[in-house]
Amino acid sequence: MDSERVADVTHHEFSMPVTDAQVRALHVNDTVTLHGLLFGIRDATQIALFDRGRTTRFDLSGHAVVHTAPNVEKVAPSAMHPAGYAPVCVGTTTSMRMERFTRPLLSSLGVRIVIGKGGLGASSLAAFRELGGVYLALVGGAAALETTWIEAIEDVDLDDLHPESLWRFRVRGFGPLRVAMDSHGASLYDTVNGAARNRRAAALAALGVKR
Amino acid sequence: MTLRVDPAHVERVARELYIRALKILPPDVKRGFDRLASRETDATARSVLATMKTNIAVAEANDNLLCQDTGIPIYNVTIGRNVLVDGVALTAALRQGCELATREHPLRSSIVHPLTRRNDQTSCGIRVPVIYIAYADDFDGLRIEMIPKGSGSENNTFLRMAIPAEGIDAIKTFVVDCVLDAGGRTCPPTIVGVGVGGTADLCVHLAKIAATRPLESVCADADGAALEAQLSQAVNMLGVGPQGLGGDATAFAVHVELAATHITMNPVAVNMQCHSARRASAVLTEDGVVYGF
Repeated sequence: MDSERVADVTHHEFSMPVTDAQVRALHVNDTVTLHGLLFGIRDATQIALFDRGRTTRFDLSGHAVVHTAPNVEKVAPSAMHPAGYAPVCVGTTTSMRMERFTRPLLSSLGVRIVIGKGGLGASSLAAFRELGGVYLALVGGAAALETTWIEAIEDVDLDDLHPESLWRFRVRGFGPLRVAMDSHGASLYDTVNGAARNRRAAALAALGVKR
Repeated sequence: MTLRVDPAHVERVARELYIRALKILPPDVKRGFDRLASRETDATARSVLATMKTNIAVAEANDNLLCQDTGIPIYNVTIGRNVLVDGVALTAALRQGCELATREHPLRSSIVHPLTRRNDQTSCGIRVPVIYIAYADDFDGLRIEMIPKGSGSENNTFLRMAIPAEGIDAIKTFVVDCVLDAGGRTCPPTIVGVGVGGTADLCVHLAKIAATRPLESVCADADGAALEAQLSQAVNMLGVGPQGLGGDATAFAVHVELAATHITMNPVAVNMQCHSARRASAVLTEDGVVYGF
């Protein structure tokens, strides 16, 4: 693991897959850049895997998944595009819809890193703590930039769910991404939401709300 | 002089508009980013806003989509004066243009049947693209606005049928609570669209009009304009920040649209637009087509 500590924040360069120790070394506000393999999953992918009993031929153990459904172009398979798909625009979707799938992702498939936007909830945070996982925040809507971090679509499974297939990307310099939920029970979203709720009364007072 | 609308032309324009909207952010939204970035005090938020601005530049430099979400396609048509148009052919042409953009660019089709979840890979389906047709007497020709409405923000849409006894306080409280509940899921900074009045369905539609209105525009009603100014300040006191990671920049603005309502009713709706506040427009006249935002 290659890491550099600046102030209270450590930056990590990860070649995927990662170990339990690497994941548990991460704390919120650290930053991570990924290299190598990254898997793309979405609502329909996880409904198929965890509600409908479908399986994948991919080994996700120790790997990272990103909540995505990319824009792709069908092309002739080649060394550059082994799966017959060229990435057009690969971005990130709102994670919270997929909250209930975090635990099975970790416990059944061995996933260690979940990447998305907007954060996950309490059951995911508990799964991260018990099973050793983290959530990395991508800047949602910054897909043109994110696409430049994707080298190739190496393979695709469950493609009848297209575009919500299970994608295997090869990435280089995917990040830096912020650790927003760690395996020690910390969530930046909880911190921010709590503080925001504490400011609710002041905001309503500024609006002259009486009741 | 009368414009005779050629459906084949509308089809090409509808195709072009979808792709333009996905790639080039309107100048008012870019200025909005500059305003938010210049006064942001939180270090994380400054870095998130900087990434968003970099993305806008990368999308334009690489001729790529700003966001992976191709949205629910919406076409807002305004028919001006001196126009001859076959409405059925116009609607079919918009739909066809939407499908052509999806197949030929290609774009991700984000549209599925609501029950079977089947994706026909066309960005079209039952009643989608959403098409609204309105009329105006202040210009000659036909205007088409295209909005690829992102789902992350659309999923944070709320309606409350408040009652008169709750007054305007119910409206204000509802807006603040919607912004709190949505947190980072809407891809903030957002444009918070608020509809006040009308029937339930009109109220939600007003919220969508408000959320997709250009930044720097104001509500046509003076009381509505005052309310949106107040709400814009208040939601930015909450500290939700860009991407819900904390900071000052929770919303570019709150926009309010009004309709008269019933003596027993006090409806309020919130519809949000994400920071990738995409839209494109075209005006068709006898001289041809002019693209804008």
